Amino acid sequence: MGSPPHFYRFAGRWLPWLTGIFAIFLIVGLYGGLVMAPPDYQQGESYRIIFVHVPAAWMSMFIYMVMASCGIIVLVWRMKMAEIVLISSAPVGASFTFLALVTGSLWGKPMWGTYWVWDARLTSELILLFLYLGVLGLYGAIDDKRVAGRAVAILAIVGMVNIPIIHYSVDWWNSLHQTASLTKFEKPSMPPSMYVPILIMALAFKIYFVLALFQRVRAELLYRERNSRWVEELVQS
Amino acid sequence: MSLSEFLNMGGYAVFVWSSYGLTLGVLLINWWLPFQQHKQNLKKLKRQYRQDRKRNDSSS
Repeated sequence: MGSPPHFYRFAGRWLPWLTGIFAIFLIVGLYGGLVMAPPDYQQGESYRIIFVHVPAAWMSMFIYMVMASCGIIVLVWRMKMAEIVLISSAPVGASFTFLALVTGSLWGKPMWGTYWVWDARLTSELILLFLYLGVLGLYGAIDDKRVAGRAVAILAIVGMVNIPIIHYSVDWWNSLHQTASLTKFEKPSMPPSMYVPILIMALAFKIYFVLALFQRVRAELLYRERNSRWVEELVQS
Repeated sequence: MSLSEFLNMGGYAVFVWSSYGLTLGVLLINWWLPFQQHKQNLKKLKRQYRQDRKRNDSSS
């Protein structure tokens, strides 16, 4: 997987399958969340935003961890593929962070009476968005892409301190934001008809991340490896 | 449940549907842009290699 031509072909083969699997999970998840799940006894129908909000928020942190792990690989082993995966993850992560923030505020307006509060959860998630944008900006600003790769690796690793802050913010500080309704170790505070669609949507988003990443990695590989033989052969065949 | 009831989302239609619409929109854009980028890179490189070959032929 470390070799660019191999990864390029591998990703190309898997893309149509991933897209199909994603579409199936998305449709099942949307149907489960919008149609099958009962209304909430307190929030009525408005809580249905949860089926996009929570999976998007999970992805915003998950993708950051993927990015930071690539950063460690870049610094320790100088692996070019890790640089490319790192920088290709950033726009997808930024998108999910943006979605978590916006769907959260669209949920906050009817339930809290405001689109935004400067509390720990919302602020740390906003900082996460800035970290993603910082990675993209820094990478774009440095012409030598090997140097750029190492610079964003350091930024991504340093920014990792923000992840536990986001996760525990609702326990550490007072917040309008509710605490986690789904955790790995405790019984969920909602019935299966509510949490199963959340998990299906989360799975759909994970598959989406892989396919969006593959798409970006392929485009980036062509550009970065434009002077190598395999790209020349590929383009001319 | 009727269709209009479903679309009305208990009076929260604006918030619920804009959340879902935005999510699908952002996912679609993120899928489409790199797809186009990849196609464009292929085209650009094809042109560039052709020019390089011509230059090499005329210089030798």
